[in-house]
Amino acid sequence: MQKVYNKIISVTGNVITVKAEGIANEELAEISTSRGKSLAQVIKLDHDIVSLQVFAGSQGIATNDEVRFLGNPMRVTFSDDMIGRIFNGSGIPRDKGPALTENLIEIAGPSVNPAKRIIPRNMIRTNIPMIDLFNSLVVSQKLPIFSVSGEPYNELLARIALQAEVDMIVLGGIGLKYDQYMYFKNTLEEGGALSRSIFFIHTASDPIVEGLMVPDLCLAVAEKFALNGKNVLVLLTDMTNFADALKEIAITMEQVPSNRGYPGDLYSQLASRYEKAVDFDDAGSVTVLAATTMPGDDVTHPVPDNTGYITEGQFYLRNGRIEPFGSLSRLKQQVNDKTRDDHRAIMDGLIQLYAQYNETEEKRAMGFRMSEWDKKLLKYGKLFESNMMDLSVNISLEDALDKGWEILAECFTPEETRMKTDLINKFWPKSEKNKTKNAGK
Amino acid sequence: MNKTKGTIIGINGNMISVEFDGNIIQNEVGYAITGEDRLKSEVVKISGNIAYMQVFEITKGLKVGDKVEFSGEMLSVQLGPGILGMVYDGLQNPLNELAELHGFFLKRGVILDALDFKREWEFTPVAKKGDTVQAAGELGTVPEGIFEHKIFVPFQLQGDYKITSIAEKGKYKVTDTIATIENEKGEKQKLTMYFDWPVKLPIEFYRDKLVPKEPLVTQTRIIDTFFPVAKGGTYCIPGPFGAGKTVLQQVTSRFAEADIVIIAACGERAGEVVETLREFPEITDPRTGKSLMERTIIICNTSSMPVAAREASVYTAATLGEYYRQMGLNVLLLADSTSRWAQAMRELSGRLEEIPGEEAFPAYLESRIAQFYERAGLVEFEDGSFGSLTIGGTVSPAGGNFEEPVTQSTLKVVGAFHGLSRDRSNARRYPAIHPLDSWSKYNSMIDDKPIQYARDILRKGNDVHQMMLVVGEEGTSIEDFTIYLKSEFLDNVYLQQNSFDSVDGATSPERQKYIFNYVYNVLAKSFNLKEKDEARNFFNKLRQLFIDWNYTDMKDAAFKKQEAKITQLIEETSDNAEGV
Repeated sequence: MQKVYNKIISVTGNVITVKAEGIANEELAEISTSRGKSLAQVIKLDHDIVSLQVFAGSQGIATNDEVRFLGNPMRVTFSDDMIGRIFNGSGIPRDKGPALTENLIEIAGPSVNPAKRIIPRNMIRTNIPMIDLFNSLVVSQKLPIFSVSGEPYNELLARIALQAEVDMIVLGGIGLKYDQYMYFKNTLEEGGALSRSIFFIHTASDPIVEGLMVPDLCLAVAEKFALNGKNVLVLLTDMTNFADALKEIAITMEQVPSNRGYPGDLYSQLASRYEKAVDFDDAGSVTVLAATTMPGDDVTHPVPDNTGYITEGQFYLRNGRIEPFGSLSRLKQQVNDKTRDDHRAIMDGLIQLYAQYNETEEKRAMGFRMSEWDKKLLKYGKLFESNMMDLSVNISLEDALDKGWEILAECFTPEETRMKTDLINKFWPKSEKNKTKNAGK
Repeated sequence: MNKTKGTIIGINGNMISVEFDGNIIQNEVGYAITGEDRLKSEVVKISGNIAYMQVFEITKGLKVGDKVEFSGEMLSVQLGPGILGMVYDGLQNPLNELAELHGFFLKRGVILDALDFKREWEFTPVAKKGDTVQAAGELGTVPEGIFEHKIFVPFQLQGDYKITSIAEKGKYKVTDTIATIENEKGEKQKLTMYFDWPVKLPIEFYRDKLVPKEPLVTQTRIIDTFFPVAKGGTYCIPGPFGAGKTVLQQVTSRFAEADIVIIAACGERAGEVVETLREFPEITDPRTGKSLMERTIIICNTSSMPVAAREASVYTAATLGEYYRQMGLNVLLLADSTSRWAQAMRELSGRLEEIPGEEAFPAYLESRIAQFYERAGLVEFEDGSFGSLTIGGTVSPAGGNFEEPVTQSTLKVVGAFHGLSRDRSNARRYPAIHPLDSWSKYNSMIDDKPIQYARDILRKGNDVHQMMLVVGEEGTSIEDFTIYLKSEFLDNVYLQQNSFDSVDGATSPERQKYIFNYVYNVLAKSFNLKEKDEARNFFNKLRQLFIDWNYTDMKDAAFKKQEAKITQLIEETSDNAEGV
């Protein structure tokens, strides 16, 4: 019962309208133009006037081009054959592999019943101390990486993808630069992780509307795999591009913008994606890590601002390092009491000392005289930055905790660290202890 | 009555326009029929023979030409025994029951009864045959949890009715007829233990609405002492993300001395509700010895659930609150977050193509917010008993900037303002309520004078701190420096509170009075401190002792011991000549 029309009434931005009857909301259509075929989705119905957003953009659309309604909403294939494959923003293979048309599932399905959710309980180890030790990533968490453009957020995502203990990785690129796409592909291939990954890639050169579908495609597939018992990590980069695509469509549709041109439903749109992160009680899970670039390093910009209200914390990436102060994992309390006795104490202790180091560093820069204590802090700060904050550091949580004690012992006496005595007795490096004491005298 | 029918002529997001024949009501519920699914919708605008309706579900797959059935009823909730302890979505769909039927996902178009129609309740009649009753008159009671749940004559009945029969004491289901009544015209009605009431109409069956006076104890010191909330009052908690709004609401829902707490999770993270859902049944309410869940109702319409239902959810919560208030109880409604509710209004307004106000919020935003908070109140009933509904709403201002329409509209109508500050939360000073910006119009349980004195110290301390940032410690006099240390002391030991600690997390009114008096004496005392280092060391020591004191149970022997230690330290340092 496919319906074909070839009278396009209007073309505005990437939205076209046709006169058609019996069309369902959010139904897909295929438009054949001289440039080839493109998918389009119904976004508004008014009597017999149907508005569609055209994924490939409206350039070159002729008023007599053929619009064929497909009678179904956007769907994506779901099968194990997808693993290791690369698709575009319409779900069509980008690699040279065969098209997959079996077992189609609907995207943007209903949300999970809150009564069926469970309290998060499992940590995902990444071997990055700034994450594992200070802001543990938890299964089913949704967490953005806030950074300005130019920061190595994609490198960070790729590294997490390689090292995270998960069954599967679904990567969604929205407005991804081509070289970044190749970087992901090559890195995961070299690391042997491509065979457990699925890519949905919309590059910066693709039509912007096509990027709108990427998060939904990724999350629909991830959710299905999770229901089949897989622990899936979804990486989305960059969600600011997604929000910008939403903005473009909203403005074209003459919606009243709310804040800096973004539509009033930006929060709901972002939330319906991020909230797909879930831990199913007796099946798998979906964890979402998303890069969100902050225009002008402004966290009050509508995209990072709305994101922050939705996600369970955030990582700030600044000067190539995960910032220890603004970064927060809201779920870390659920897991970091089950790792090692000293985890929380080291987490708090090292950060407090690093905060003191920052104050001292400011004083030093202003030319104040440095006391003995100040000198210790300066030494500590340098060691902390190179051994913990540097993104190249690649050690397990336990090694990172040991390293923490080592740094403390190298710089301070046990009393100066304000650690609990029983922890000091258990974990303080024995040989270093004497060395520091003697050195202090 | 013949139900009106209509046909969809337009679809825009979650808004449909429907051509109808016959008569419809503003806020009437209708069902858009697509295949097997019946999508619940509400009339929000009528223009000629076209009704604009917001659909409470995803509109995917709806077509122009699909039919709509109007129900003849406004959007309503079921009121009757069995609401306590329940977890509902914004339209009072029970989520646990939905999960049993449909598993992990919220299936579209499924509507279940809010009350358990199979459960039997022990009914005790209060009214007698031959009595004359009106709407909201009491027919009898059933025990629900720790309360006597009053069974009312349905609120929508008009005029006087005579009871022609009433059930005897015994077990009944909510659907069983427990009374029959008749009016002068001879119209008979059968009454059950439940009835429907439209969520957008306030329940106003009381003699008088009074000015809230008595404090509602939250056991959070900075609130109860400095910015109190009154039973029947309203308050708001605006704050940027990560400032601890939700944690504060959770702590309040746990420790507040209210009979019933209704948590409306409106457009926020599902994960946060889950903690409450899983933990409350395990926690015993110290006041009743029963599970905390038995005094709690959760209305849960989280951020990924349909937006229109989010708009309805705060009204659902308010209606349930008013219903329990009608039984003479003190109800606390916590709405998290009202900004999401306002955003839902904004989305709808945009689709209706209304002329937008500031930041595209509709022009009626202010009046809607005012109407919502006005549903709170301390009321006196005809029989001279009292009940109260207190409303506390969080606000999530864009960018953490309070100069935005939702925060500003809310501030106009609430009785207390607990403004959360990013600086305080970054400095890990929890609860991050800003002690200088916040205010409350309600009376504290502690005398006004010492509180003013304490706030003065905070203000002066802040001034000194600002000055020190410029001139450094060296340029500050020891007197000013001591004031700064005193304000820090007050902040550290009294305003800040560790909500995760079993003792410090909740401070009873008696303890607050006792400790505050002690803190006040420290603030008012003049100390014999000559050097800044000496002063800093002294206050550091004092703070450490005091914090340990905060972690000690008042009933423990250690409490008095610790107090003696503190007193000794103060005596050693106090300037006897000028002591208070």
